[in-house]
Amino acid sequence: MPEPIHSMLRESVETDTRALANRIRTHALRMTSRGGGSHIGAIFSCADILAVLYGGILDVDPHAPADPGRDRFVLSKGHAGGGLYAVLAERGFFPVEKLKTHYQDGSDLSGHVSHKLPGVDLSTGALGHGLSVAAGMAYAAELDKRTHRVFCLLSDGECNEGSTWEAILFAGHHGLDNLVAIVDYNRIQGIAPVSEVLELAPFPEKWTSFGWSVREVDGHSHPDLTKAMADVPFTPGKPSCLIARTTKGKGVSFMENTVLWHYRIPRGAEFDAALKELEKSA
Amino acid sequence: MRDTFVRTLSAIAETRPDLMLITADLGFGVLNDWASRFPGQFLNAGIAEQNMTGLAAGMALEGRTVFTYSLGSFPTVRCLEQIRNDVCYHEANVKIVTVGGGMSYGPVGASHHATEDLAIMRSLPNMVVISPGDHWETAEATRALLSLPGPAYLRLDKSAASPTHAPGEAFHVGKIRVVREGWDVTLAATGGILGEALHAADLLAAGGVRCRVLSVHTVKPLDSTALEAASRETGGIVTIEEHSLHGGLGGAIAEALLDAGAAPGFFLRFGLRTFSSIVGSQSYLRKVYGMDARSIAGAVSARLRLRHVAYHIAGMP
Repeated sequence: MPEPIHSMLRESVETDTRALANRIRTHALRMTSRGGGSHIGAIFSCADILAVLYGGILDVDPHAPADPGRDRFVLSKGHAGGGLYAVLAERGFFPVEKLKTHYQDGSDLSGHVSHKLPGVDLSTGALGHGLSVAAGMAYAAELDKRTHRVFCLLSDGECNEGSTWEAILFAGHHGLDNLVAIVDYNRIQGIAPVSEVLELAPFPEKWTSFGWSVREVDGHSHPDLTKAMADVPFTPGKPSCLIARTTKGKGVSFMENTVLWHYRIPRGAEFDAALKELEKSA
Repeated sequence: MRDTFVRTLSAIAETRPDLMLITADLGFGVLNDWASRFPGQFLNAGIAEQNMTGLAAGMALEGRTVFTYSLGSFPTVRCLEQIRNDVCYHEANVKIVTVGGGMSYGPVGASHHATEDLAIMRSLPNMVVISPGDHWETAEATRALLSLPGPAYLRLDKSAASPTHAPGEAFHVGKIRVVREGWDVTLAATGGILGEALHAADLLAAGGVRCRVLSVHTVKPLDSTALEAASRETGGIVTIEEHSLHGGLGGAIAEALLDAGAAPGFFLRFGLRTFSSIVGSQSYLRKVYGMDARSIAGAVSARLRLRHVAYHIAGMP
């Protein structure tokens, strides 16, 4: 096994994850506006989670993106691809300049996340795929007695998918404690609130009963997110589930907690107002 | 074919620690020996084909050669999107294996038949599609898959043609085997129904018609060279598959020949036009759906306007 670059890396990475989250949101605002892409609400919802993950939790190295000893990260909610691109660029996996090609003709930056980019472990977009693949990665790591972890970020909406529950059942049964599922629990899915479509509550209990060790956290509190994610596995011998209570559209007042901003493209006066708010909180 | 596959893979497993076999809770009495001999290379993912396929993709991306195993259309159609996005798009080294190609599990019912799988699998980018005709092809294809990187689909049949290989013959993925030489008409078959094609060739030979019989064990990539030669050198092309007529072997061959500007003298396709909803054994259902040797030979001789041969075949025991 190669000498871990990770301990050294941790010292050099972003310590101000709040500033990083703000930059993710600002990039995402520009990207979705320029490209006419949507899902900005879903990106804003998980921007803090991504910032904390890439700000020091994940052992990854932009200079060796395929290092076999790295932590894996699967963005199962692939529609938040813009957020992942932004944080990868900020961490130096590719030039920030490249973000301008998001949604553009001939670009590698598809709306839903693409493995053609360095640092992306899995292309996703169709919901309910990521956790199974992440579980396969974690299972292989356990067989090979390797020590890296596999993190997977899911949306609450994709917990409608039966395949997600197949994966939850599998990982719980096999006690994959190198697997961490983080649910961006903003309670708003594609075209309606979770409570109107398919209620997930009691949500932590569902995971617990499937054999996972579950914690709940304010998904916008960087200290709380950092504390929880640095503490995995929550219980040795069990996969960890972190339910991050979030606000869809977090960071721009008029985008928060609305179904509208799952799909709406920020342009014109709305774009300006959103940018002003982000600049103010920077 | 199932036993041949498992036997062949078992003989290799020890020297290939990267090899992983995942079943969706099928293979009672068939995979037990594998499971006890190679516990680190076996996983029962449960009756959860979508998760099985996602797991396989994840393990393959971590460097393993993964076989997924189930029955009928369960490992393909049930989890098609996982195959498309997680396996094919990532060019993951996953080999999908079904037992019970076509109507192998005849009396069990249409739910357990795999009759659209060739069309669906061959439409997927990066996917190799193999449907062996006899036990030798099954063993050879299994071995070949181990050194073939990327996604592949292996369709195993309960029936198998009698041995067709010559001593010392080499098997190549993507290369059609001429299992009988002839010049009047070409019978191109895929899967265990190759046996019916050979029997049909016997019936036609009794009437003086010399058939070239092709085993199209690899449906994708399709061996266009052998097909073009057959189209030019014989009077017509007959395709035989235990599969829907929409998009299967017949469709693939038609595409290849027209693309090559090598339209055959005539073209006849044998396959399913409807759901295989009638109850019966595989051989019974082939008769019902007009794809047994007698039906094939009769229709071919009629097409050749050889009424005396058609009468002769109709009167044969």
